[in-house]
Amino acid sequence: MRGITKRFPGVVANDSVDFEACVGEVHALLGENGAGKSTLSNILTGLYRADEGELEVYGEPAEFQSPREALDAGVCMVHQHFRLVEPFTVAENVVLGDHRDIGRSFLLHQRTIEARVSELGGRYGLTIDPRARIWQLSVGEQQRVEILKALYREAQILILDEPTAVLTPQEAEALFETLRAMAAEGRTVIFISHKLHEVIAVADRVTVLRGGKSIGTVTTADATSQSLAALMVGREVEIARRGVRGEIGDVVLEVEGLSALGDRGVLGLDGVSLTVRAGEVLGIAGVAGNGQRELAETITGMRASTAGSVTVDGAPVTPGDPRSAIRAGIAHVPEDRLHTGVAPSLSIASNVVLKDYRSPEFSRGPLLRLRRIGSRAAAMIQRYDVKAPGPDTPARRLSGGNLQKVVLAREFSSEPRVLVVAAPTRGLDVGAIETVHGYLREAAERGVGVLMISEDLDEVLTLSDRVVVMYEGAIVGEVDAAVATPEEVGLLMAGVRVPA
Amino acid sequence: MPQVRIEKRLHRRRWLMVAVPLGSLMIALILITMLLVATGHPPVSTFRRLFDAAYFADGALTTSLISATPLAFTGLAAAVAFRMRLFNIGAEGQLYFGAIGATGIALLLHDQSTAVLIVAMVAAGAALGAAWGAIPGLLRAFLHTNEIITSLMLNYVAALVLNYLIFDSLSYWRDTSPAARVFPQGKVLADAATWPVLTLGSLGIPFGFLLAVAIAFGIWVLYTRTRFGFEAQVIGDSPRAARYAGMRTRRKIVAIMALSGGVAGVGGASQIGDFRHVLDVKGMEQPGYGYAGIVVAALARYNPFAVVLVAFLLGGLQNAGYALQGADFPSGLVGVMQGLILFAMLGGELLVQYKVTFSRRVARPHLEVEASG
Repeated sequence: MRGITKRFPGVVANDSVDFEACVGEVHALLGENGAGKSTLSNILTGLYRADEGELEVYGEPAEFQSPREALDAGVCMVHQHFRLVEPFTVAENVVLGDHRDIGRSFLLHQRTIEARVSELGGRYGLTIDPRARIWQLSVGEQQRVEILKALYREAQILILDEPTAVLTPQEAEALFETLRAMAAEGRTVIFISHKLHEVIAVADRVTVLRGGKSIGTVTTADATSQSLAALMVGREVEIARRGVRGEIGDVVLEVEGLSALGDRGVLGLDGVSLTVRAGEVLGIAGVAGNGQRELAETITGMRASTAGSVTVDGAPVTPGDPRSAIRAGIAHVPEDRLHTGVAPSLSIASNVVLKDYRSPEFSRGPLLRLRRIGSRAAAMIQRYDVKAPGPDTPARRLSGGNLQKVVLAREFSSEPRVLVVAAPTRGLDVGAIETVHGYLREAAERGVGVLMISEDLDEVLTLSDRVVVMYEGAIVGEVDAAVATPEEVGLLMAGVRVPA
Repeated sequence: MPQVRIEKRLHRRRWLMVAVPLGSLMIALILITMLLVATGHPPVSTFRRLFDAAYFADGALTTSLISATPLAFTGLAAAVAFRMRLFNIGAEGQLYFGAIGATGIALLLHDQSTAVLIVAMVAAGAALGAAWGAIPGLLRAFLHTNEIITSLMLNYVAALVLNYLIFDSLSYWRDTSPAARVFPQGKVLADAATWPVLTLGSLGIPFGFLLAVAIAFGIWVLYTRTRFGFEAQVIGDSPRAARYAGMRTRRKIVAIMALSGGVAGVGGASQIGDFRHVLDVKGMEQPGYGYAGIVVAALARYNPFAVVLVAFLLGGLQNAGYALQGADFPSGLVGVMQGLILFAMLGGELLVQYKVTFSRRVARPHLEVEASG
């Protein structure tokens, strides 16, 4: 790819980007969110077309009009959010959309496809039952199906967008093995990530993007976390654990024997008890889908509990009533910031007062005080350095990091006692992660009790004072963040109980 | 081979908002011209008659306003619900109930002054329409029933109730005097229950139309200036975000459906007070005001002021239809013309939301060799 430029209204997402990946290598594409990684890969896979620049695949100039044309040329992408049909089997999903020979046939050649899937799975260590239905599979297994899909279509160039975001350290290691095996066979693997240690672990070379420009390509053998981070953000980044600071006060949040049903109607949260003290960060680690979301939602009243209680400063919170939780002083930074944390089509100003609009400060009788709301929003945009054209911009136009700043600004402005944050930095770039972490530390220093749920182990260990690990809806262990190792926590996350 | 691609627009362009409807209208006129030529009607004089009857002839504007008034109410009813992403297809039935309420109260208070009667009729129309609209709202809020289906089905129930009151029972609404025994009809209201007409020169503006304009303004204030409207928008945009913010979602769903039904109900009251003065079953069922209102709201993009404007334009069209049809001009042809205009206008919507690009497929080099060889 040479001199690729792609403009969107108001932004240049890719500014004469050069990118080159060789046969048989794992090539990482590293950059902050908004650096242009996704745009570049979308051009490569035919979802977008470049405004300028050329694309060559195996020396042949190419311009893909659609993902299908890219697929025909052997370019395939594994998206961060999987493109799978949940009620279908693995084999059915693998053949879906394939338009060569048996994929094109009117009848579904179940057996042939299943045999081929098993064979591919065996060869690359992607063991999976081809007859299993997608909804029965864990996230890690679903990802294997996506990769099998690409292999089945004989993709020569495979692009993976943040593949490890949903995996345990052990699962991620297995994925890396697969990727290396694929590269060794002469395929090209393009690995998009902003996690430095993964890039170093799996890639042969790294191309760093920053602000839509390609900053450079380095071989990982010559790189360190620090040097890559500096390239990525354009300055030296501090990667350090949070030292234990004093000033931990009384218990502010007490959760006692809390149980709740999950989305499928089975027990998703099973008798969880925990406490958070003022000024403390309690980290909740675990693989996605082990009750963390249910925990956050039940504490904040979004989900009704079936047993147990939540108290803030000794006062009980009404189960299943978010307004009661808000009144009790529980602020919530939800996992799904775009559809829960904000109303995406409404303006930043509306979203800044999403919880406060009832207060006399912003409304008089039935009427809203629009001017005050506007000035509050403008002040927040400035104080939290939200990059947006103005308070009237719809929230959905903001990048992930700026959106998270809006959510944090709103939640902090209520002067909460407890802050429940879920996946606070998922999908954010290094710069934004640093900012968000800074705000979370600041909240703790001001005496807020912070409950932080994250699947990012580094984040949990970096920020927390204590870490509890959840597995299948229950707490399986607690470790001191200052001394715990990722491996130790990883085993707990996988459900292996360590003898105390 | 040129390739047609349809892509969603990232930004809606403002000039398109004006240019596309005008262009759509032009295309509709061209299609109608072809239709007229094909059926042997002179296009130019037909168009002249059409526009004359709709807007330019003496009294045409007044008649168009009469046709526009019910459409403005049902259009506003659809728009107010859709702003919260609720589909109220039930304006038809809510309008019937509004008419039933307004007629009933006017019969009951027949010796009161016009002012009292207007207030009572509007209130009764709004109350019954709101109650009828609240049913799908309650079902949606508490039983998660799809409001499109329930509000639609309730239209048939409302029509049956209307028929029952006049044709199948000796209800309070039915004229049971010996003279009316042969053909059942409703009791005619007292003259005091006739709503006033505002006359500006030769133009007569029905009171109901003014009421619709006032309601449009009220809806605009509601959605842009009030807490209630703010909550409705958040719930419509993202129910999870609304729950997260501690909003009472269920109440709002019921309230908005009731409000929507209430607006349609006032439309029913206006039918009685402004025009019909009797619970006229066939006269209200035949035009399908409730369904036309959905089209009005969609064309107006759910903006309350635009709803009134579109209702006026469509009202003119409808009115022109009545004037055109006759011995030399079949009513079916009028229907086709109206259909073509709506079809072109709604088709034009696509161009506002999506862009269509024509691109030449770039042939890959080896393919070109094959083609030339």
